[in-house]
Parts: sequence; C-alpha cells; structure tokens
Amino acid sequence: MIITCPHCGPRDLAEFTYQGDATLSRPEPASTDQEAWNAYVYDRANPAGEHREYWQHAGGCRKFLVVTRNTLTHAISGVEFAPATGSSRRKRS
Amino acid sequence: MAKQRPGFIADPVMRARAVSPLAGHIETGQFGVAVGQSPSVRLGERFGLSIAEVTAWKGRESKCRAAIKATASAALKVAPGSGSVKTAAGAFNIAPMRWLVSGESPELVANLADAVSEDGTVTDLSHGRTVIRVDGEKSRWVLAKLFAVDLSDAAMPRGNGLATAHHDIFAQIQRVGADAFDVYVFRSFARSFWHLLCRSAEEAGYRVD
Repeated sequence: MIITCPHCGPRDLAEFTYQGDATLSRPEPASTDQEAWNAYVYDRANPAGEHREYWQHAGGCRKFLVVTRNTLTHAISGVEFAPATGSSRRKRS
Repeated sequence: MAKQRPGFIADPVMRARAVSPLAGHIETGQFGVAVGQSPSVRLGERFGLSIAEVTAWKGRESKCRAAIKATASAALKVAPGSGSVKTAAGAFNIAPMRWLVSGESPELVANLADAVSEDGTVTDLSHGRTVIRVDGEKSRWVLAKLFAVDLSDAAMPRGNGLATAHHDIFAQIQRVGADAFDVYVFRSFARSFWHLLCRSAEEAGYRVD
C-alpha cells in the first residue's frame, strides 16, 4: 500500500503508523459522561468500505494525516493533513 | 564576553575533542573492486558539522526562510523538499514548516537562533546526527537498495532533500552534487548504518578515503 503524503509525495506504508479512527470526536475533557467516553474509547463501526483514519508519517515529515481508505480494496481516495496540526494547506504539486 | 544563549542551544562542537561514533569503524581503502576496475561509489563521513532544525511558528515560514538565508546563505523555495547547498553551509526542507540547516561554522546554530528569534524554534542537533556522504556514479543505485524514494534529477534537484527511513533508521537525505548525497542519521544508529551502507556498496565497488 502506498500513501501519498501531502508533503512528501507517494511513500511506502512502512513509513506510516496507524493512529486510529478519525470519524470519532473526543468528548469535552471535563465531561464525566461515562457513556460518551465509553463510546469514544471502545465503539468502532468497522465499516466495509470507505473509512477515515489517522496516520502519522513517522518515517518522513512526521505529520499527522487523515487518510480516506476503502477497507475492502485498500484504495486510498483522500489524504490531507490532520486539522489543527499547524500545517499549511498547500498541496504537493 | 560570551553571548548568553537559550538553554536549548548546545555548546559548539569542540572539534578537537569530539569523537565520531564511526571512529575505529571506518576502514579506508577500496572494497569490492575487481582487478582493473575503479570503484563506482565513494563513502565518507562529514564530521564536525553544526546541524540544527528550524521550525517556524504558524504564518512565520517566510521569516524563517529569510533567517536561514541570512545565516547559512541558503536561498530556499517554498515547494516541499526545497533546499540549497554551498561549500560552507546548506539547508533543506524536511517537513511542513521545518528545515534542516548544516554548516562548517561552529557558531552557525547560535547565529541561527538569533536570526530566527521569535519566528520559530531552533534545535541544535550537531551532537545528535552523523552525516555520511555517498558519491560516485552508482550512488543512486546503492541508495535505492535502502530507501524507496525518487532520487532522480527530475525529482530531486541539487540542494533539495527529503526525510525517509530504512526500517527504523530515520534518515534525511540531501542531494549535494551531481551524484553526491548527504545522509543524516541519528548518531546512535550511525555505526549500524555505516556497515549496512558498506555491505550495500560492495557489489558496486566502493572507496573510503
């Protein structure tokens, strides 16, 4: 599997580290809602098809990315810098 | 009087006392070269360089590039991986808003910290990186055994660089000449990487000066 990093270009999977489901939103830090925290930590939809997930380009620019990957085919339809990582929005030409 | 430096700027490398992690492990001579042939790869360490990573705060990228240009006379373009290399100093982009700067001057990192000032951070890596130069007509052929990246003329003009990894050995590579590449690896991995590089170059025939 090759992931096209917005900064580094196409790189082998070995340079990336999976960082989890990007479709979940973390409850407010002060929240004591056990249901919400339980859902955030444990509930996974495990979709057969398109999935948004965090990857880190650990063996390259070290940026966190949001990758849209088809779990059936491994086809990647989108790669972008994860929000709030401070990266400029400029895409590799 | 010595200028007061922030705590994250290490003392300049004391070349007279500094010891390379490759000391005692670099064997000079020609290896893997058939009789009547000449080596097609040259390997060597660039020891005693000042090395620093510059990270810009958001929106201050152009100011950091200007600071690098003023300090290391490296004019940097905006595109990912852009770099510049001169005899005494060089710099290249390794990630969004990050550059690796290196040079001969012992005061490079302190000067860089002054120039970058509040526009970003400067981390002194002089003690933490080992720089190995791979040169010669088969340099790309040897590096291609280790790194799945495009080092061709079209993808990597002279001066440009990139960050990649060989298994767990993180490496930053800058093209410094027609066939010459400087590979920056963590000091603690340098010895292992050097042996790997020598074994990889043996097939092509290599020389160590």
